[in-house]
Amino acid sequence: MQRTLTIAKREFRGYFNSPAAYIVICLFLFVMGFFFWNPFFLINRASVRSMYDLMAILLMPTAPALTMGLLAEERRTGTIEILLTMPVRDPEVIIGKYLAALGLLAVLLVCTLAYPISVSTLGHLDWGPVFAGYFALLLQGGAMLAIGVLTSSWTDNQLIAFFTSGILCFAFWIVSRFLPFVPQNIASIVEWISFDYHFQDLVRGVFDSRHVIYFLTVIAFSLALAFRSLESRRWS
Amino acid sequence: MNDVMIEAHGLTKIYEGTTAIENVSMQVRRGEVLGFLGPNGAGKSTTMKILTCFTSPTAGTARVNGCDITSDSLGVRRSLGYLPESTALYTDMLVLEYLEFAAEMRGITGEAVRKRLKAVVEETGLGDVIAKPIRALSKGYKQRVGLAQSLIHEPPILILDEPMSGLDPNQAVEIRDLIKDIGRERTVILSTHNLAEVQVACNRVLIISKGRIVADDTPDGLRDRAGKSRCVITVLKQPEDNFAKLCEATLKSLPGVERARLIEDEAGELSFEVLPRGNDDLRPVLFKAAVDRGYTLLGLLREGQNLEQVFRELTTGPSAANSGSTKAAA
Repeated sequence: MQRTLTIAKREFRGYFNSPAAYIVICLFLFVMGFFFWNPFFLINRASVRSMYDLMAILLMPTAPALTMGLLAEERRTGTIEILLTMPVRDPEVIIGKYLAALGLLAVLLVCTLAYPISVSTLGHLDWGPVFAGYFALLLQGGAMLAIGVLTSSWTDNQLIAFFTSGILCFAFWIVSRFLPFVPQNIASIVEWISFDYHFQDLVRGVFDSRHVIYFLTVIAFSLALAFRSLESRRWS
Repeated sequence: MNDVMIEAHGLTKIYEGTTAIENVSMQVRRGEVLGFLGPNGAGKSTTMKILTCFTSPTAGTARVNGCDITSDSLGVRRSLGYLPESTALYTDMLVLEYLEFAAEMRGITGEAVRKRLKAVVEETGLGDVIAKPIRALSKGYKQRVGLAQSLIHEPPILILDEPMSGLDPNQAVEIRDLIKDIGRERTVILSTHNLAEVQVACNRVLIISKGRIVADDTPDGLRDRAGKSRCVITVLKQPEDNFAKLCEATLKSLPGVERARLIEDEAGELSFEVLPRGNDDLRPVLFKAAVDRGYTLLGLLREGQNLEQVFRELTTGPSAANSGSTKAAA
């Protein structure tokens, strides 16, 4: 446990040792600001409902960018050799890295609180749905990060990790849009798989534990696969 | 038995059909500095990666400090300090941050962290660069940081993969002396393809070639095993025809000489290499012969065969040279 936190701390600091984290956060906030405020006054309602969809979409390139280097870069540079010959269990490494990415996602989400706060100065904002929305974002973002950690464990090339997890996250998100085209009998399964189905319910404030369990399952499954992938290195 | 720190039996590793090492067995005792010697690609790193639990053997077992590498890998890793060949460090961190990270990962906490940091910084001479980012360091200093990280938890065993490669001669000597110091209290395995390092730093040598161990001895023992020390005699060239041939014939006819041949004919000087039949010192015989025949003697020296020749013989001998890479038998 101690080592998990040590790894998480190192990775989290690592984000801020290079411009990468700042660029990602700034870009995210900038793009979000642009698309959020543009229609805001047209609708003329003190609501941040549209913000969550926007952020969910923006997380698709952002989450992979945060996770792409976590294991791939360790492999490429060879630092993984010292790391894995320290007395640390493989799952501790994976979870430590994941927590660091989750921490940065939390920082990013906190930065975006500026939007609901500024909206609340313009009119009455109901904070209940805001927290529901943030909760949903944290869950979906967490799932995307876990997928990112997984793809980063597959390769020693950050770009490949980035695109693979980007595509996977996109697939999980877009799959519900194909519902009209899939046969009736598997439609409910396809719907169940998609991020958006669970996300939209959570954003609406429908706190259904099944949605939470869905995201936690995606996270646990991805991290477990990442752990297997790390372990398989010993036998290859 | 308690004295055996590392014990390996029949370690074999096959990577995608290519045998990296085959049936490697060894024993390393407490306080030994073992030089692991071999050409590039001979399997040194593979063996070290298995002993440090970075990778698992295809077959065979090993115990490090009494812990089995498969069933108690954490125990093995606790008693090891490891410096991999690449010396890959987190270059975005400061030296101090990195060493703190290593200490924490090794389970050192509280006041002990500072104490250990101070000790390793002193031991490895990192005082001047402690607040610098690792990426700004020279190769020699990076190597020191790598060593410091491997020493932070005072491991009884150190495994160093080519700790001196890529350093300039001054840095290499510094690191070598450092390792020698470290080795006084610990068991050290260090791999290298530089023989001078082994001669100075190690008290035992394992030579590995094409994935197999071909020699296990002390540096002196290896040299003795190769036997034969040669003499080189240099005389002034005389104007008569065939002087070189004549000289050679004379040398060959001397008592105790097995072989003599011209090795250099330059600037009016002739140098011959003379090998004795036994392990006798031929210098008196050669000197007397030169005086008797009126040769002008310019030089006469006897040199023991150095490790370099032994190494070449063992790693490029007929048995080792027959295939580029040992393929697993289908």
